[in-house]
Amino acid sequence: MSTHKLIYAAAFIVGFAFTQASSAQVAHYGFGSAATPEELSRFFSIPPDGHGLPPGSGNATNGAQIYAGACAACHGDKLEGNPAKGIGGDKLIGGRGTLASKAPVKTVESYWPYATTLFDYVKRAMPFNAPGSLSDDDVYSVVAYILSEAKIIQPNETIDAKSLPKVAMPNKDGFEPDPRPELQLFR
Amino acid sequence: MSAIPIPTIDDRTQRMIDGMIAAEARHLSQRAIEEDECECKDGMFPSRAPTNRRNFLFAAGSSAGVAAAALVAGSASAQQAPAGAKHFDVPADPTREQGRAVAADGGYGTRSQFETEVRVRFPTANENTSWSFTPLDRSLGNLTPSGLHFERHHGGIPTIDPSRHMLYVHGMVDGPRKYTMADLKRFPSVTRKYFIECSGNGLTEWNKPTLKTVQGTHGLLSTSEWTGVQFSTIAREVGLKDGGAWVLAEGADAAVMTRSIPMEKMLKDALLAYGQNGEAIRPEQGYPLRLLLPGYEGNTHIKWLRRLEVSDKPFMTREETSKYTDLLANGKARQFSFDMEAKSVITFPSGEMKLPGPGFYNVNGLAWSGRGRVQSVDVSTDGGATWVPARIESVPEPICTVRFSLPWMWNGQPAVLQSRCADETGYVQPTLKQLIAIRGSNGPFGSIYHLNAIQSWGVAADGSVTNVHA
Repeated sequence: MSTHKLIYAAAFIVGFAFTQASSAQVAHYGFGSAATPEELSRFFSIPPDGHGLPPGSGNATNGAQIYAGACAACHGDKLEGNPAKGIGGDKLIGGRGTLASKAPVKTVESYWPYATTLFDYVKRAMPFNAPGSLSDDDVYSVVAYILSEAKIIQPNETIDAKSLPKVAMPNKDGFEPDPRPELQLFR
Repeated sequence: MSAIPIPTIDDRTQRMIDGMIAAEARHLSQRAIEEDECECKDGMFPSRAPTNRRNFLFAAGSSAGVAAAALVAGSASAQQAPAGAKHFDVPADPTREQGRAVAADGGYGTRSQFETEVRVRFPTANENTSWSFTPLDRSLGNLTPSGLHFERHHGGIPTIDPSRHMLYVHGMVDGPRKYTMADLKRFPSVTRKYFIECSGNGLTEWNKPTLKTVQGTHGLLSTSEWTGVQFSTIAREVGLKDGGAWVLAEGADAAVMTRSIPMEKMLKDALLAYGQNGEAIRPEQGYPLRLLLPGYEGNTHIKWLRRLEVSDKPFMTREETSKYTDLLANGKARQFSFDMEAKSVITFPSGEMKLPGPGFYNVNGLAWSGRGRVQSVDVSTDGGATWVPARIESVPEPICTVRFSLPWMWNGQPAVLQSRCADETGYVQPTLKQLIAIRGSNGPFGSIYHLNAIQSWGVAADGSVTNVHA
């Protein structure tokens, strides 16, 4: 092969490689693998419409017992919170009517706009020393107990996937979209 | 000033602030003890270096027959090395004896034993859900050393084996997929310098000057060079269904942290980062994978990222309802207040430093904006009455800190130092008075988040520098 032919051959190969590369920019790389419904079933994130709430149910009576064993150490026997060193559990109830005051108290009762968030968070990250250890029935019950102590639901109400999204939280209309940037601050 | 309404602070925040004041006082008193033993008593560059010990070893090394003393010193030396450093005896003359063997450090270096700045933890009652501040008072340049990057964790720092870590992408996509770390690293990557700032940075400073140092007032700010895959690359792989407007990001820590992010932002510049400053991202910064959302509040940059779920609506997680929302005086709260707005601060001189006397000082600090590049920085030495353009020390990059400086001849009279930046959108860093006037139009502003006001440092005639509101 002459030198010229070699150069042409090399040019062809390079050109081919470029073609491949540019087509790869619009095609799929195909890395990774399909995620199966079974794999995805362990995940949850519950929006206000309750989509993805698991089967099961609970009530405040059962919730009181579960709360005493799993929650009270950090959040207080009366859901008043525990600021002690090494604990630092939030106050869960009270504070209604304080949000527009000089000393706002933000709790599940006074501030949280959706009851579904409470279920999601307890199932997700509580109790602090053993996150994710409560059964779905237990989570429903603890949620029912907190909502009942906050006088948001009746003590005898059953909380489940159907009833939880219907719970009307006192501060459900308390939020507005971020209006920033504040135009006064532009040059 | 009396016309300005006093912002409200909720009870829990007030407890946190009180705790931080006490912790900073402890930190400063410890530093004062160490400075007493230091020849640099002017405090201009507060030093926590074990100078007395350095002198002792200098003496010991310069005479013979001190093996026993060195041995005793050796046993104590492990405690003397600051975090991230290793103690070595200082020779009388480093040109007269061989130094340490090459790679005797095991192949991964440490910082000098004389460099002692560390993060300081905010004294929340619980050490697992807490935060620590970057020591900005001695920061240099634009970047933060990985080991000094501020932290905010809600369930401690998980230990994650990258060979077992998986990222799931599902929800309103054509085909849900999972990616190993090896898979993610096969995709084309990008590298960008971005700051991350906690929206609670400065939360103690709304009412009155509260913390003494710039580490306390501004230390929830750090900058790194991040490397990773753009979300848009992954989105094209899985295919987005019509109507997918939000993406839930979830972490693999004990808090299983979740935030809902607008799809527009995710496709614009979200980065799935596995690299930080040229090496794997640090465990406390999300190893092996972290979501980077340039210019958004720090909490949204989900660490230990394991899952992205596309949805038509936000999920209303705890972190975007009960926390990270901005309660206004009228009882309503701003939600999804993502942007970190233009801000700057003078880091030298700053609180608790002391200028040794009249003369030249290179005033310098950092400026940044979550909406783009810093356009300009002005510095005032008279509490905002007059302003001088500062020198910008490097070409500003978008959503990245940039160091500014101003040569200043101090005449020995009391002065109030301020910096004020503007970004490329035309937004100008406000005064605290302006912020409260706008956000408190229905009364005083009640939020603890998103304080980006101009910071003032008072310089007294004796050279001492303090946090003031001016």
